[in-house]
Amino acid sequence: MGKKMFSESALERMEKEYKEWLEVYKKALQRIPERLERFSTVSDMEVKALYTPLDLKDKDYFEEIGFPGMYPFTRGVQPSMYRARLWTMRMFAGLGTAEDTNKRFHYLVNHGETGLSTAFDFPTLMGYDTDSPLAKGECGKCGVAIDTIQDMEILFKGLNLEELTTSMTINPPASVIWAMYIANAENQGFDRKKLGGTIQNDCLKEFIAQKTLMLPPEPSLRLVVDTVEFGTYEVPRWNTISISGYHIREAGATAVQELAFTIYDGITYVEECIKRGLDVDAFAGRLSFFWNSHIDFFEEIAKMRASRRMWARIMKERFKAKKPRSMLMRFHTQTAGCSLTAQEPYNNIIRTTTEALAAILGGTQSLHTNSLDEVYMIPSEEAVTIALRTQQILADEVGVANIIDPLAGSYFVEALTDKMEEEAMAYIKKLDELGGMIEAIEKDYPQMEIADSAYKFQQQVEKGEKIIIGINKFPSPKPDLEILKIDPEIEKRQIERTQRFKEKRDKVKLQKCMDELRRRCEGPPCWENNVMPALIDAVKAGATEQEICDLYRDVFGIYTDPGTF
Amino acid sequence: MGSDRKLRVLIAKPGLDGHDRGARVIARAFRDAGFEVIYTGCHQTPEQIVSTALQEDVDLIGLSILSGAHMYSFPRIMELLKEHNAEDIVVIGGGIFPTEDIPKLKEIGIKEIFEPGTLLEDIIQWVKTNVKPRGAAEAA
Repeated sequence: MGKKMFSESALERMEKEYKEWLEVYKKALQRIPERLERFSTVSDMEVKALYTPLDLKDKDYFEEIGFPGMYPFTRGVQPSMYRARLWTMRMFAGLGTAEDTNKRFHYLVNHGETGLSTAFDFPTLMGYDTDSPLAKGECGKCGVAIDTIQDMEILFKGLNLEELTTSMTINPPASVIWAMYIANAENQGFDRKKLGGTIQNDCLKEFIAQKTLMLPPEPSLRLVVDTVEFGTYEVPRWNTISISGYHIREAGATAVQELAFTIYDGITYVEECIKRGLDVDAFAGRLSFFWNSHIDFFEEIAKMRASRRMWARIMKERFKAKKPRSMLMRFHTQTAGCSLTAQEPYNNIIRTTTEALAAILGGTQSLHTNSLDEVYMIPSEEAVTIALRTQQILADEVGVANIIDPLAGSYFVEALTDKMEEEAMAYIKKLDELGGMIEAIEKDYPQMEIADSAYKFQQQVEKGEKIIIGINKFPSPKPDLEILKIDPEIEKRQIERTQRFKEKRDKVKLQKCMDELRRRCEGPPCWENNVMPALIDAVKAGATEQEICDLYRDVFGIYTDPGTF
Repeated sequence: MGSDRKLRVLIAKPGLDGHDRGARVIARAFRDAGFEVIYTGCHQTPEQIVSTALQEDVDLIGLSILSGAHMYSFPRIMELLKEHNAEDIVVIGGGIFPTEDIPKLKEIGIKEIFEPGTLLEDIIQWVKTNVKPRGAAEAA
């Protein structure tokens, strides 16, 4: 009893007075009824009118909430949080050619951004060079086109890669792009042991939501484990997987589904790395996470707080991790693209600000804030500046970064945090019963759960049960916004550059590297067959992204979207 | 009578983008509205899309794209339909399009473009008004 937050006598009085209030409340509703028949979060989780200590009557502060930087990390992963160091302001950027994106990187750093984040174009994301017939019309549209180590060199020109950390959103070809990054950094005189950053490298959520598809699940996981293993020994400051809920949420998942499926992906990666023979405490500290911060303010804060506690418990209890570092969940957050509207786009600044505030109160380690025009296109310089300034205002003016986890102890936030964990754990149990994530993916389970939620949300919007200002309340036409345009001519220039690069290579040396890579891919997964050293040699010898991915596709097979709905 | 049969609709995702939320939502909405729906899944080439449309004998193709590559894939699809004498298949698009591209897409024969924020109900209504089963005109 001594560990409970409220004494028996206090709770007794609370119970009595709560009932009295309930009567008063009901009477008030007779005069003015509530605005809605049912109040729920954007994920449709029902919320009550009032939360009190009664909602926390069984809560054990020490076991469930604790202190910042200490197990179970509900209140944050660092003891000092933002009082010592603010979150990393990391704007996802990529457009046109490597030159264009390098210019944007410098612009953002000069305006106070503190970490880099790279968006690649679709051909790069899917393992195709710009000269592939499948890449037609896509070059530089949704990110930067990277075919070779030469592009990588241009992309990071003039940026100190031992000081700035770099995040790269790349999944099936993550090993290839990471090899290009390491190889280029070494060519520039940087030490791979000092390189810091993140590759997203989360293949499981591709099958579930993002649909950047290349190889079947099993070999995809093998490559992920290769990168974790290599990072553990060779690039110790690198986050080798960014286990991502963002895309799961954007595809229509609820907050609970985002939490559950993402954490289960994390469980799967840990299991696979242990199977390879890695000690959990040797690699778990380099796993990081990536959450979506959607429009429902408290739901997001509760989700983030619950995620830290869940991961800590899973790492300790399920995987017997011993180091606290293995149990603490560090995460990046991006505000929700799917919450933005093309109609009245300036309203998106308000949405993004609210979502960014939730991410900060949720204790994020880094943050991307969407630009007001991202419903239309890659952001213009003006729009991205407002988005970056949003973070800086929240950091330096608003005062929210001065107190650690200020919402702890809120009856509502704690109760919602518990509910998030409880419902997500039910999904985790279900996934265990299905035989794990790969089996679940093959059964189309998480995919269809998300499709159900997406459809349900859209129907709620159509019925006016969920409101989007400018869409189903105060509807407004889409204005003609001044947007950034990607010159279609860059495709031709990029193809020419890649072809010139290919002509200059030492073909014998390149072939030797590719043969060694193939030998490793065809061999059983183990350190001796880890693809990373061979990849670094291959890209230094001039192998293009697609040449390596074609080799992967040849050895491991191809996975295509089953197209269910 | 030809127009008694259910409308057959192909929802297709041309190009390399994986943003399939809209495609899957509209596929379900069309199914619930009583249409026969075939969905290609992501990453389809124009050739694959047209071949599926012909094989499945559809009345309508709904192209969903959010990558910005529509000015390549949409004209190519229209060209291929023409080559196969299947210009009577109605083609519509959904996703993100710069405003100035919309008249260009309509000029090449895309019947309607549905932009972000469009309600499903409005799209279904548009289809019911504007699309008849192929061959229905001759049969009537």
